[in-house]
Amino acid sequence: MNETIFQKRIDAEKKIEPKDWMPDGYRKHLIRQISQHAHSEVIGMQPEGNWISRAPTLRAKMILLAKVQDEAGHGLYLYSACETLGISREELIQQLHDEKAKYSSIFNYPTLSWADMGAIGWLVDGAAIVNQVSLQRTSYGPYSRGMIKICKEESFHQRQGYEIMAQMASGTAKQKEMAQDALNRFWWPSIMMFGPHDADSPRTGNAIKWKIKRQTNDELRQSFIDKTVEQAEVIGLEIPDPDLKWNEERGHYDFGEMDWEEFWNVVNGNGPCNKQRLAHHKKAHDDGAWVRDAAKAHAKKPKIAATN
Amino acid sequence: MAANADVWEVFIQSKNGLAHKHVGNVHAADKVMALENARDLYTRRNEGSCIWVVKATDIISSESEDSEAFFDPSNDKMYRHPTFYNMPDGAKHI
Ligand SMILES: [Fe+2]
Ligand SMILES: [Fe+2]
Repeated sequence: MNETIFQKRIDAEKKIEPKDWMPDGYRKHLIRQISQHAHSEVIGMQPEGNWISRAPTLRAKMILLAKVQDEAGHGLYLYSACETLGISREELIQQLHDEKAKYSSIFNYPTLSWADMGAIGWLVDGAAIVNQVSLQRTSYGPYSRGMIKICKEESFHQRQGYEIMAQMASGTAKQKEMAQDALNRFWWPSIMMFGPHDADSPRTGNAIKWKIKRQTNDELRQSFIDKTVEQAEVIGLEIPDPDLKWNEERGHYDFGEMDWEEFWNVVNGNGPCNKQRLAHHKKAHDDGAWVRDAAKAHAKKPKIAATN
Repeated sequence: MAANADVWEVFIQSKNGLAHKHVGNVHAADKVMALENARDLYTRRNEGSCIWVVKATDIISSESEDSEAFFDPSNDKMYRHPTFYNMPDGAKHI
């Protein structure tokens, strides 16, 4: 009964709000998806944070700082949205530390040169934007509102990355080589950010029915590839896929098969940086414990003074 | 580990003269920290001229399940709307 009313509201494009009745599966799916999204924003600060102190100019450094700060903000918007589903921030962080919650595998790759800052902004933020634009219409109100806010901030991220790539691609031969190398390393992991093919993605059905997801993994991936091919041509870089070809009939680019063995290997914790990323997050969290305790002790102080 | 920090709902006035609008929330140990966190999180791009923070536990909300009954008293009073009235042809500026 409840479930029928719920589905009717979804079908009528009504948003679901925290206090509304929702099926258990809907709540669980949202907690998993939103927390994974939040953790990705936060863990994603690490590969870029790696280059803040080595940015080539003051301008580049200020921009990168602002970008990484935005990602922290995105993490917080998403944790807030997730908490409305009845799970605490502490539990969410604990799930990350216990490896029960995942984050996007793309952040388990190392950032080897400054060009990687370009590739990440252009491709990784670019792919995230395609996904997030679609999620602005998700059926859960707090998630949708978070996405709208995030999308407003994201377009600068992609543009700053593309600017770095464009500069390097038109620089010295060595700089262009670095840009191409960054594209070569980040291309495949970026298009795998959209997840497995629809046929291999068992939870997609419910997510689409409940309008948590508005487009499938394969649809989103295709739309990202279609946008990006021309951008690579404009700056004279080559996408590392020999099968990439415009398909007149489909009105889309055809592209080669992704290496799913590598994908699952990284998802399951064996990527180049999984251990490092998690260890760093735990350390930062533990190192900050005294600050949280001090803030709480300080908050209690004035009250004690007033009653004495 | 110590207990959780409080949740504070954040309202921002985007421009002098406009109403404060809810934008989200922050975690903070006290009101000063709540204001500062709200500033850092929600106004990195000149989004506001004034911020309110309110402890989430101090907000009382109507229940959306009861919304029909709750708002019922005003539903049948169409005469509260200007479109309810018949104006004579030719009447202007009213
Ligand atoms: Fe982000
Ligand atoms: Fe971003």
